[in-house]
Amino acid sequence: MSATRAAVPPKQQLVGAGRPADRRRGSTLLRHLAVVLAAGLLLVAVSYSVEPFRNFQLATVAAYFCATAGLTVLTGLNGQLSLGHGALMATGAYTVALCQTAFADRGMTGGWLLPLSLAAAVVSTVAVGAVVGVAAARLRGPYLAGVTLAVAVVVPALAVTFDGVFNGEQGLSVPVEPPPLSLGAYFPYERWQLWVTGAATLLALLLLANLIRSRYGRTFRAVRDDEVAARLAGIHVARTQVLAFVVSAATAGLGGALLAVLAQSVSPGAFSLTLSLFLLMAVVIGGLGRLSGALWGAVLLVALPDLTHSLTELLTLSPAVAQRLEGNLPLAIFGLTLIVVMIAAPGGVQGLLSRLGRALLARRPTRHS
Amino acid sequence: MTGTDLLVVRGLAAGYGAAPVLRAIDLTVPAGTIAAVVGANGAGKTTLLRALSGMIRPTAGQVLLGGEDLRGTPVEQLVRRGMAHVPEGRGVISELTVDENLRLGGLWRRDRADAGRALDEVYQLFEPLARRRRHLGHQLSGGERQMLALGRALVGRPRLLLLDEPSLGLAPRVVARTMALLRQLRDRTGLTVLLVEQNVRSALAVADQGVVMSLGRVVIAAPAAQLRDDVDLRHAYLGF
Repeated sequence: MSATRAAVPPKQQLVGAGRPADRRRGSTLLRHLAVVLAAGLLLVAVSYSVEPFRNFQLATVAAYFCATAGLTVLTGLNGQLSLGHGALMATGAYTVALCQTAFADRGMTGGWLLPLSLAAAVVSTVAVGAVVGVAAARLRGPYLAGVTLAVAVVVPALAVTFDGVFNGEQGLSVPVEPPPLSLGAYFPYERWQLWVTGAATLLALLLLANLIRSRYGRTFRAVRDDEVAARLAGIHVARTQVLAFVVSAATAGLGGALLAVLAQSVSPGAFSLTLSLFLLMAVVIGGLGRLSGALWGAVLLVALPDLTHSLTELLTLSPAVAQRLEGNLPLAIFGLTLIVVMIAAPGGVQGLLSRLGRALLARRPTRHS
Repeated sequence: MTGTDLLVVRGLAAGYGAAPVLRAIDLTVPAGTIAAVVGANGAGKTTLLRALSGMIRPTAGQVLLGGEDLRGTPVEQLVRRGMAHVPEGRGVISELTVDENLRLGGLWRRDRADAGRALDEVYQLFEPLARRRRHLGHQLSGGERQMLALGRALVGRPRLLLLDEPSLGLAPRVVARTMALLRQLRDRTGLTVLLVEQNVRSALAVADQGVVMSLGRVVIAAPAAQLRDDVDLRHAYLGF
């Protein structure tokens, strides 16, 4: 045994594989930090230059981005399909509502209360995600889809059943404090909302991006690709899958909590099965397995209903028809978009953009193989 | 080579569902030697490796690695005990790069510094891999995939290497190089190898011990040289 440990004596130290990798990891963290800081500055600049409603829409994109980013890690990188992420968002949303209400009832105020509530939302969603994840790790393909579908249906139903706590279909309100006075008396509330959701989302993304590039990201992908090979490499497959589910649940919970804070209310109707399906479609259309794809998906989630709204306003329709159209048109358009994107660009929006970028690069005189 | 037996198998039986494939396998592999398991298609060679590495659960019998009973130990734990299995079809993760694949093999190790050294050594051993670090698994040739799978196993510094059909689909020159490499690893690092091969001639050329399997049993276990030279035996079981 000792002989084996001695192994081949390295004759000449080739390019040490260990050290450059460490340096690369360090620079990855710095690069992600730089991107996040730049995005934060950009958000602040944008928040001053656009109208309040756009600020609110951007904040909604940020909240959805949290959820889609987590889902793309789970489904894209780890290969686990979840039809239940809407329910995980609901878990986060209800937690934040209960926490904020409890704080308000006790007359507690302070800037640290909202972060505390958001953290509580993440923790409670992690707990739910761990339970679902343990079940999910034992299931594959259609069975996994079935279980997560059940979660998507059961969680909103629970909110209705235990209406003593969750107030049934009416839902709960989420008391949120106004922006701090230090920002000025007339600081627009929507700008403050964008700041809060943007900061929370960027923090979550920073952690997620580093996780993807770390050894855990590698094991996620290894398990997705070939479970047998992964096990033979010494990877605990079930543990990896549960971890992926928990991470994904945490971001979904944060996304749901942010949505609840934005809407200042939470109800079962806002987190229906449709939301879960929308989330999945969004990450597929955006480009599965990439955070940038998750961003496109989040943008679509906000832009499409808005688009259909303007569309129905353009057409002169009777109010009843217009209302019905507005309710169903986003889903139809989303479905059609999904089909078109899958035929025209299986890599999603992000895949299409990457391909365009490469094509443009190849056109330039400096050729590369 | 008079050292202790690294692998001891007693009365091992295993199969898929209700169909038994292995019936009462007895086998010992001394530390620092190469044992070649040969036999016709369907003799149970691959199943033997799968039962040893924990991919299927034996229905009876005992597997001892360095005196330690491995019954019921899951695959990922067996890897930590020093059992590395390179399956037929190589077990390379096709969507990860060469470098990521190799690092995967050492992720479980506590000794990060030695894992790094082992990685360096694998790159020295397999020059083509060092040149293609950033390439994805599915972009490699068959020979390179084989190197990668072997390299990934070696990054974990195994005591026992289980190799399933390394010659499958590879050019004779590549097969010869693989066999030479096994011998080199045995001589330089004391690696113990259990090699399953269809290519009897090249397997027996490199092995210390030959194990002939037929219909789920070990029919002969003898020094490889003896199997090579015994014409009757070769005709009866090996067909050459």
